[in-house]
Amino acid sequence: MSIKFGVVVFPGSNCDHDAYYATKKILEYDSEFLWHKDTDIKNSDVIILPGGFSYGDYLRTGAIARFSPIMNSVIDFANKGGIVIGICNGFQILLEAGLLPGVLLKNISTKFICKDVYVKVESKNTIFTNSITHDVLKIPIAHGDGNYFASDDVLKELEDNDQIVFKYSSANGDISAEVNPNGSKLNIAGITNKNRNVLGMMPHPERATDPVLNKSDGANIFRSIANNLIK
Amino acid sequence: MFKATVIVRKRPKILDPQGKAVEQGAKHLGFNNVLKTRIGKYIEFFVDTNDREAADNEVRQYCEKLLVNPNIEDFEYKIEVVE
Repeated sequence: MSIKFGVVVFPGSNCDHDAYYATKKILEYDSEFLWHKDTDIKNSDVIILPGGFSYGDYLRTGAIARFSPIMNSVIDFANKGGIVIGICNGFQILLEAGLLPGVLLKNISTKFICKDVYVKVESKNTIFTNSITHDVLKIPIAHGDGNYFASDDVLKELEDNDQIVFKYSSANGDISAEVNPNGSKLNIAGITNKNRNVLGMMPHPERATDPVLNKSDGANIFRSIANNLIK
Repeated sequence: MFKATVIVRKRPKILDPQGKAVEQGAKHLGFNNVLKTRIGKYIEFFVDTNDREAADNEVRQYCEKLLVNPNIEDFEYKIEVVE
């Protein structure tokens, strides 16, 4: 049996095709686009909110996409335990939708940053990471607003509940300010919700799946999800 | 009919790199006394009702649900009657 990914397409999404290509053509799972004005998630097992600049990033990143018709279905799906992964702008949308806590501010340097970074897999107690054998993944980031911020109370809760999944790190997994590209609190690159079925992350795993690009660490995350769902 | 004007500010503790960058421009222009530049948003719109309480309610909810992110921003608004 296979699993089906549903890739939501918002106006201004620009990593939707990358996510589709990675899941369908490289990893050979079933995959389908979900138009933001529809409400049908077409029997998807996993929903991907892709990167991009939905609604031109107007008002705040993700603020308007959060009210697209498909999002009611996505929120419903997530609340019932469905697996949702928000990448970059998708992460921003999940925060605006209240499915994850906190907010992503402008990078502390004010610059848009596009480069490969290392992230330490901080928690393997999620279906997104539990079959990943590496401790550090090399995955690209491409964002202007990736500076994760939350109140000290929320940060403590994230730590206490083991909700921090990825942290920006060095190649050998050291966490420090020098390897924090955007000013994120605690070097946070990705978090889950309390129920551990919704993941938001700034790095782009879908851009690191095709072996022809000589980097495929991102594929581990999609494979991990599949390993959990295909029994 | 009412006209609403909303001002959205980043909370004082939230870093504002945009404000910092703009302030650098101010220094380059020679405005050496300028400090603590913070950039917020000004939003205006009309509310098509004659009921002040209803208008007030709608404006506040619009702010709380969409225009403002309560994690990082504060807001204030006023509404005035227009013809």
